[in-house]
Amino acid sequence: MIEEIGYSALVLAFGMALYGAGAAAFGAKRERPELVESARRAMLLSWPLISVAALAIIALLVSGRYDVEYVAKVTSSTMPPYLKVTALWGGQEGSLVFWSWLMAAFASAAGLRRWDRDRDLLPWVIVVTMITLAFFLSLVIFVENPFRRLWLDPVGNTVTAFLRPAGARPLIPADGQGLNPLLRHPGMIIHPPMLYLGFVSFVIPYAFAIAALVARRTDDRWIRVTRRWTLVAWLFLSLGLLLGGRWAYDVLGWGGYWGWDPVEIAAFMPFLSGTAFLHSVMVQEKKGMLKHWNVLLIILTYVLVIFGTFLTRSGVLSSVHAFAQSAIGPMFFAFIGITSIVSVRLLLDRWGTLRGENQLNSLISRESLFLLNNFLFIIILAVCFLGVIFPLVSELFTGQTVTVGPEWYERITGPLFAGLLLLMGVAPLSAYGSSSWRLLGRQLWVPGSVSLLVPAGLLLAGVGNWAAVLGFWLAGLVALVTLYEFWRGALARHRRHGESMPVALVRLAGRNRRRYGGYIIHLGVVLMATGIIGIELFQTETQGTLARGEQLNLGSHVLVFQGLTQFNTPDGREVSRAELSVYKDGRLVGQLFPRQDFYIAANQPMTIPGVRSTLEEDLYVLLVGWEPIAQQGATFKVFHNPLVNFVWLGGFVFILGTLVAAWPDRETAPLRRSVQAAAWVSGD
Amino acid sequence: MRQTLAALLLAGLLAAVAPPAGVVAQAEQPTDDEVNAIAKGLYCPVCENVPLDVCPTLACKQWRDTIREKLALGWDQAQIEQYFVEQYGDRVLAAPPARGLNWAVYLIPPAVFLLGGAVLVGAMRAWRRPPAVSRVGQDPAAEDPYLERLEDELRARG
Repeated sequence: MIEEIGYSALVLAFGMALYGAGAAAFGAKRERPELVESARRAMLLSWPLISVAALAIIALLVSGRYDVEYVAKVTSSTMPPYLKVTALWGGQEGSLVFWSWLMAAFASAAGLRRWDRDRDLLPWVIVVTMITLAFFLSLVIFVENPFRRLWLDPVGNTVTAFLRPAGARPLIPADGQGLNPLLRHPGMIIHPPMLYLGFVSFVIPYAFAIAALVARRTDDRWIRVTRRWTLVAWLFLSLGLLLGGRWAYDVLGWGGYWGWDPVEIAAFMPFLSGTAFLHSVMVQEKKGMLKHWNVLLIILTYVLVIFGTFLTRSGVLSSVHAFAQSAIGPMFFAFIGITSIVSVRLLLDRWGTLRGENQLNSLISRESLFLLNNFLFIIILAVCFLGVIFPLVSELFTGQTVTVGPEWYERITGPLFAGLLLLMGVAPLSAYGSSSWRLLGRQLWVPGSVSLLVPAGLLLAGVGNWAAVLGFWLAGLVALVTLYEFWRGALARHRRHGESMPVALVRLAGRNRRRYGGYIIHLGVVLMATGIIGIELFQTETQGTLARGEQLNLGSHVLVFQGLTQFNTPDGREVSRAELSVYKDGRLVGQLFPRQDFYIAANQPMTIPGVRSTLEEDLYVLLVGWEPIAQQGATFKVFHNPLVNFVWLGGFVFILGTLVAAWPDRETAPLRRSVQAAAWVSGD
Repeated sequence: MRQTLAALLLAGLLAAVAPPAGVVAQAEQPTDDEVNAIAKGLYCPVCENVPLDVCPTLACKQWRDTIREKLALGWDQAQIEQYFVEQYGDRVLAAPPARGLNWAVYLIPPAVFLLGGAVLVGAMRAWRRPPAVSRVGQDPAAEDPYLERLEDELRARG
């Protein structure tokens, strides 16, 4: 019964999405507002309908209905209830429903906003969001139905079908296979929803951009309306990437957080284009320039969002992330192709109406540097795209598969990221419009000079790695320029208004949240860059097999193997846990317990590192192997990861900055109420 | 007695010339770190995108054992990599070898950079016009333009 209710709700939502898209387009073309309003209501109905389907899946998961194929695949009786609930997005079918549910939620939120000034955009926003929703719902209704049941046909074969096949009888397994062990980490429980939220939220600015093109709106209204949607999308995408990195560090046991895996990159690519977009829209708002470019960037981001979901869900690229494989690839491919062609065609049709309102006055003005920033982001994106698709291209044309590993990416993108850091250090000091080298030099010389203390200090300390010296110098420059900007701004308020410096600082940030939120994000990037340089250029490792009481040395650390215990857990794991005493500079600093968990039902091992974490470094120990009978000897792989915790600290600051930038501006509300017809002035 | 003395002399001579047995065994048995230094740059066809040095599967452990055997035989890194390429194809390498179609991954990034740079420079030149008036040049003693700009923006926002 629950299955029927859930599936019916999905079919109804699909119908609502199709009706909404059709009625909105027809209503707009024929100038029939009642049809557009009807479409809007259909859009609002889609979310509760998909909620019913999602709740039905959760009910099946929690109640252990193993006759439903999806439930049998992703849950087992030993799993705790919270994992059964989160198994909604633990497998292919459920995650597509979850994606659709979020899409419907965001579409509904957009539908509930005040449309007084944007009536001409509304129908086309409905069309875009509902077509996207209908596509995802079609995947779950026609291909990846989460309500399919298990049956035994008359000759005893197991078949899966939503409706009972002729002569078949229900098959009810005693237990399920359980969620993929790799997905049981807290980071991985939250990571997919964050990524999906990021992906889905980017659909809204894209929908407004397309609506503006269709409605022939040449102003920057669509950008102003979607500014916060974009920041929220970027926030969730950033959180998703960070949590994914933390998950990899904690669970995958390779001693790092970013492996340049194709599916990691698939989530990274919309982040890159989205970041470029966040910078370039400021130029359009300030100077009325880059109109074509901004539309192109948001189209690219939308296509990359769908492409990212395609890579994750279709199994087209085999990787540690691509757990699920299915036959939905061609559908995705067709959808990506059609939406790209239609969007670009529309942009080309409107090309002439989107002329810029200003010109570049200087090659070192803020808008020029933002252009350079966009250039670097897009080159990095192109490199990532090439790295992801080249193995497929190679297989297609030569029959030979190749690997494009981390070294290739790092060698090519390293200088580009360094260029971005340099821009982050210079751009905040440049002005919009007219700017000169002399003026920029006047702004830059103080922080620039002080920043030289960083490489000088490093060289005096004996750091001979030129890439590290350059990287730390750039990080120092960005940090100093950013702090200098805060200080100068606060000082200006202090002098003009007589405010104390702390009050001036808070008011300064409060009056222009986007700019100062952006600067906080830059500080987060500095911290992350520090961590990345630390682990990438100074990571050391060793491996050795130890008998009980023997020791392994790595730098100033000594690890002494104390013993290994093996035991079973109630949730179906065979655990082998080693105990090591850790000494640093001859002093006992703690115990570590690296372990391997073997999930019996899934027949899958999982390596859980033992980590001694301080701000300056992580000692990261993996239990690689052991002697199963005597339990006297074990093999350990040990990584020393300097500064890695700056990555997480920087991530936290980065998210904090995004929250500041995206926080609703209280000051714009009365303005909007009092000046209904006036242009909406807010933001930077 | 003379025979015994001669045997002892010979044994002593051999002991002086030849390294101790333990040292020989040590030299023939590569360390885990030596094995991992090579394994780090190899990928097995099954566990894609997980380097061989950290892959926990049994198949990868066997590959590492093979590396150890080859190192013990005196093979160098290039020889060992070539051995795996002959056995399993180019995909075992961390980056495509620079030949044939693979040149694309080495040539396209700089080409895109140069082409994109040319487009960028062209666009910037096309959009550029001479500055109408340089405020700094006109009045060097004017108020700090940064403060002016900041206050202008804050004022505009109420």
